[in-house]
Amino acid sequence: MASETGIGASVKRKEDARFITGAGNYTDDINAAGQTYAVFVRSPYARAKINGVDTAAAAATDGVVAVFTGADLAADEIGDLPCGWLVKSKDGSDMVAPPHPPIATQAVNYVGEPYAVVIGETLEAARNGAEAVDADFEELPAVVDLSTAASADQIHESVPNNQAYDWELGDKAATDAAFDSADHVATVDIVNNRLIPNAIEPRAALGEYDAAAGTYTLHTTSQNPHLERLVLAAFVNVAPEARLRVISPDVGGGFGSKIFVYAEETAVIWAAGKVRRPVKWRAERSESFLADCHGRDHVTTAQLALAQDGKFLGLRVKTKANMGAYLSTFASSVPTYLYGTLMAGQYTTPAIYVEVQSLYTNTAPVDAYRGAGRPEATYVVERCVETAAREMGIDPAEIRRRNFIQPGDFPYDTPVALTYDTGDYEASLDKALEHIDYAGFGTRRAASESAGKKRGIGFSCYIEACGLAPSQVAISLGAGVGLFEVGEVRVDVTGSVTVVTGSHSHGQSHETTFAQIISDKLGVPFENVTVLHGDTGRSDYALGTYGSRSLAVGGSAIIKATDKIIAKGKKIAAHMLEAEEDQMEFADGTFTVADSNQSITFGEVAFSAYVPQNFPLEDLEPGLSEKAFYDPPNFTYPAGAHICEVEVDPDTGVVDIVDFVAVDDFGHIVNPMIVEGQVHGGLAQGIGQALFEHGVYDDTGQLVSGSYMDYTMPRADDLPSFTVDTTVTPCTHNPLGVKGCGEAGAIGSTAAVMNAVTDALGVASVPMPATPETVWRAGRGE
Amino acid sequence: MEITLTVNGAAKTVDVADNALLVDVLRESLGLTGTHVGCDTSQCGACVVHMNGDAVKSCTVLAGQADGADVTTIEGIGDPDALHPMQEAFRDNHALQCGFCTPGMIMSAIDLVQKGGGALDEAAVRDGLEGNLCRCTGYHNIVKAVLAAQSNG
Repeated sequence: MASETGIGASVKRKEDARFITGAGNYTDDINAAGQTYAVFVRSPYARAKINGVDTAAAAATDGVVAVFTGADLAADEIGDLPCGWLVKSKDGSDMVAPPHPPIATQAVNYVGEPYAVVIGETLEAARNGAEAVDADFEELPAVVDLSTAASADQIHESVPNNQAYDWELGDKAATDAAFDSADHVATVDIVNNRLIPNAIEPRAALGEYDAAAGTYTLHTTSQNPHLERLVLAAFVNVAPEARLRVISPDVGGGFGSKIFVYAEETAVIWAAGKVRRPVKWRAERSESFLADCHGRDHVTTAQLALAQDGKFLGLRVKTKANMGAYLSTFASSVPTYLYGTLMAGQYTTPAIYVEVQSLYTNTAPVDAYRGAGRPEATYVVERCVETAAREMGIDPAEIRRRNFIQPGDFPYDTPVALTYDTGDYEASLDKALEHIDYAGFGTRRAASESAGKKRGIGFSCYIEACGLAPSQVAISLGAGVGLFEVGEVRVDVTGSVTVVTGSHSHGQSHETTFAQIISDKLGVPFENVTVLHGDTGRSDYALGTYGSRSLAVGGSAIIKATDKIIAKGKKIAAHMLEAEEDQMEFADGTFTVADSNQSITFGEVAFSAYVPQNFPLEDLEPGLSEKAFYDPPNFTYPAGAHICEVEVDPDTGVVDIVDFVAVDDFGHIVNPMIVEGQVHGGLAQGIGQALFEHGVYDDTGQLVSGSYMDYTMPRADDLPSFTVDTTVTPCTHNPLGVKGCGEAGAIGSTAAVMNAVTDALGVASVPMPATPETVWRAGRGE
Repeated sequence: MEITLTVNGAAKTVDVADNALLVDVLRESLGLTGTHVGCDTSQCGACVVHMNGDAVKSCTVLAGQADGADVTTIEGIGDPDALHPMQEAFRDNHALQCGFCTPGMIMSAIDLVQKGGGALDEAAVRDGLEGNLCRCTGYHNIVKAVLAAQSNG
């Protein structure tokens, strides 16, 4: 049903009424009677042995309720924070993960790692108490440099060579043979800079313990409250699953960083049980910098083998990935199954071999950040392609065209384990070339030249695997959980609808998009649909939101439940109209007997289901409420073409993005306005990585980019307006034909920017972020 | 100490610690949780309110400095049935996603437009909002919204 509020309409968001009036309900807005405040005491050293922690003075501080160290948690048998994805090394051995106690016990391994928590009557009392905690540290030399970490001091007793795993994917022999027969080999050396996610809402938690019921309630800033509950219950032993409720209310951005189960909420919910009072914590921004999981941080050498005509023959990638000090919740999967598997990109490269060595360092843990592995893969592939094009004198658009997988080739098996279901890569590239006016670039470049500026253009034709994930595939590759989703559609007595989804919205607009789907499918007015999420007490076990999965997986579950509603509705309607069930048709909110003028509305059927006077009770249960679990048969494969045009001032090194075009294929789109917004935000983060953002540790492991004065967040005056457009090849294996749009901007844009900057300067490479100083030096050949 | 201030048109007297911040008074003492804390260091702008007609970062104003002041927060500019034109422009242009930076962004934008004399162009809006961080929107739709509000205002 095409309508003003159905699928395909840019409906204004339901969420906005509360957010624009200050009525949002974020974790830090929630207070419990009698609550106390937690302050974490954090390591000033990157690596040190803890000889002892003296809490006596802290405990004696005015207003301090309790002081806990790692030993207190250990005494209560609180377990380690686990990593949920088991990756195996080349030799078949399991990855090596060091113990990760929520509160450090014997050693601290990154600056900011908590080693005690102080609970106070007020925040100030807790802060004063934290100041009084006295630890006896024996400082050890920090391992900071990723490139030499394997041969540096051993950080963890149980982890030889500081290596988590040494993983491979692809056919080494076939790839070697491809290189032997190549006419040209393009080589790139890449550092994929460490990023710090920086959702504007800092992480927060409010833990409550109901002594009478023996139950715990944790409000926290999580993208996946059920996963949080499962880990805290089954692995960390805070409370049995049945006695722990996790609620993620309004959450102010996540970008991956709020997927993970962290020390702080673990300690907060545990401490609430110990002090028998609510315990509240909100990160200060400096804590966010130090102790949120960071993103990216790879060192890579990659080579692309080509034939004389520019056809790709083989790709060889060797990467070192920084895991930080411990293995975070999904850290192991990011540089492997979300990275190596994407190395075919949009191309027919027949032979690919990827090696990834993941190493520990004395830095904050690194895990998924918007795109998670796929931006890193795109950066490798698209820098290789651009380099090859320049070295061989082939137009960068043309070399991509010669190597695209063609629309007739799908389903397409890549040499790195994925099966792409559909796509039309040339269509996106053509549209992007038109938007940027590629034909006019030479003229624009000449104009810049005469004004003393250097103009460059850069391409990035990316692909991503989204809609995580087919559970059996994921589990066979090491995932510790399934990756389905649940959706429940409850029709109310009066015909309005309540949807309960296991997906979580922290900016993605589920309350609007999912209501559009229901309005479209059931013919119920948009304003009569309410979407609930973010509460383990409301939805069945579900996996939450990351990897651009909410609509493709969560939306599909809702569609399945909706189909069940319609099927049951037809039975009820057939009874009411004294017709046969197989004669019933349903469209636009009306059940009709085929080839007749007999019909009944959805609302009448709903009412009959709950006031079952004229209702087949002998055959059917009363009520109209259905639930479905959806497990995707494949990943989805959003893809697109991003083109960036920059002008560089050679005297200052300042890069001005004069135009940025993103043409993406997300399959069918439910709400174009929302999708465009997702792309804009992703582009800002991808451009941020290219030009501004850098998580930097000094040689001693101190985070020197630990505040907004030092870590450059893209601000309004740093960015241009964007040109965003789409092409459509519907996903072939989910009911909506959707692919996911949340990460594309961050995946495609970084390579486009850097290809443009290097093009402008006429140099082979520029390190990220391309700050004015870096660009100025690169322009001078330094 | 005791301070008296006008918040969203109503006189309020609150007992505050000497080192209390205006944002604490708003959020904790008065329950006005629409004003957010994103960085504690006057970098992100999530806490912007109006004080005596100027946009200020309330995490960097001592409560004592606000004694006698006229303060307006996001809760004081409109409600769902009677939105301020800037609120309306943010909604109509999809200028918000997670909503966390939004109250501060709207309060800064109102101040910017009020003082811009109707002459703001895209560059001026971007320059004027550089004290407010947003991680979701890439600013594209925020800039559109502010320009739309200027035209509609």
